[in-house]
Amino acid sequence: MSSHVDSQTNDARDARGTVTIATEVCKGCELCIEACPPRVLAMGTDVNHLGYHFPELHDGCTGCAACQLICPDFVFEVFRRPRKTAAATTAGSTT
Amino acid sequence: MAATNPELKVVGQQKPDLVLTQHHHMCPGCGEPLALRACLEPIQELGLAQRAIAVAGIGCYTSFSMTTDLDLVQALHGRAPSVATGVKRMRPDTIVYTLQGDGDMVNEGLQEVLHTAARGENVTCVLLNNGVFGETGGHMTATSVLGQRTKNTLAGRDAAYHGFPILIGDLIAGLEGAVYVARGSVHNAGAVARTKKMFRRAFECQMRNEGFTFVEVLTMCPTGWFIPTIEGPKYMHDTLGEVHIMGELKADGVIRTTEELHAENVQKAVEIEQALARGGIEG
Repeated sequence: MSSHVDSQTNDARDARGTVTIATEVCKGCELCIEACPPRVLAMGTDVNHLGYHFPELHDGCTGCAACQLICPDFVFEVFRRPRKTAAATTAGSTT
Repeated sequence: MAATNPELKVVGQQKPDLVLTQHHHMCPGCGEPLALRACLEPIQELGLAQRAIAVAGIGCYTSFSMTTDLDLVQALHGRAPSVATGVKRMRPDTIVYTLQGDGDMVNEGLQEVLHTAARGENVTCVLLNNGVFGETGGHMTATSVLGQRTKNTLAGRDAAYHGFPILIGDLIAGLEGAVYVARGSVHNAGAVARTKKMFRRAFECQMRNEGFTFVEVLTMCPTGWFIPTIEGPKYMHDTLGEVHIMGELKADGVIRTTEELHAENVQKAVEIEQALARGGIEG
């Protein structure tokens, strides 16, 4: 999918946040894939012990917590880097 | 674990603190756990966890009674508002809310919730509205919208044969005893956050002993609607969401009907279109 190529070429942004994914409780509904504003979640090919595919995180997470709010199975925990660290990493790429 | 990294700040936790385990019996793509999160997190944030009592009706969400870390009473089908009335009158110091579906509240127990609202009982009733009897396999309920395809209205709900949907929020907003009536939705992350604020306002009204409060939440039921899980939010927004408009129907003594909310949405859409035609929205 083209959105993943975009996110990978924009490495400077990936410092802003990240998520952990509790893959074993995921039921593979894919709501998070649609909900993710930077489009950095994609369904993987592996299955968990329930037999469902689960999402994988690619570079470019902003820590906006949209996936956490929309996930019916309480799979995501969202972390955000303090703003000054993120700004130092992205300095020069934005004005 | 990322949690041990001091640089990272947790901005969203996996499950609400008041849910004991992530495991539950809901189908993939169900909207009810989202509504549960929107309901339980304000209780935790307002410090009500030790004095909140939930009354659960009959529906898929009843299985949350096993995993919700609150005192909980299980009521008969549709009778949760009456049970909540009894609990609140015996224990006025507690915060009492009911958890009901549309089949439970609007079909089976319509008079219970209306009388409870009319008496101005100081409880909060929560309606998880998905337009079908999800637990029994997706049959039509009183809130199913016209044209909606359900298990027993395969050609869509027909007004001439099945009647018109009930907008329960408008009924309750018209009663003197109700002080806060809102209709939320969980079709996207922003809507979940907005619904959470509605729950917070409702519980705050109850803490001030103002009267009856009511929060309706539109939830996805892809299993009952016979659609793929990923299409659930959009389908809900385009069918149920077009009739059951999201917004506050009664707050601070001002009543706004669903029709007025719809007119406001249309007005906003026109304004956005005009702004885009002018060359973008400033600021």
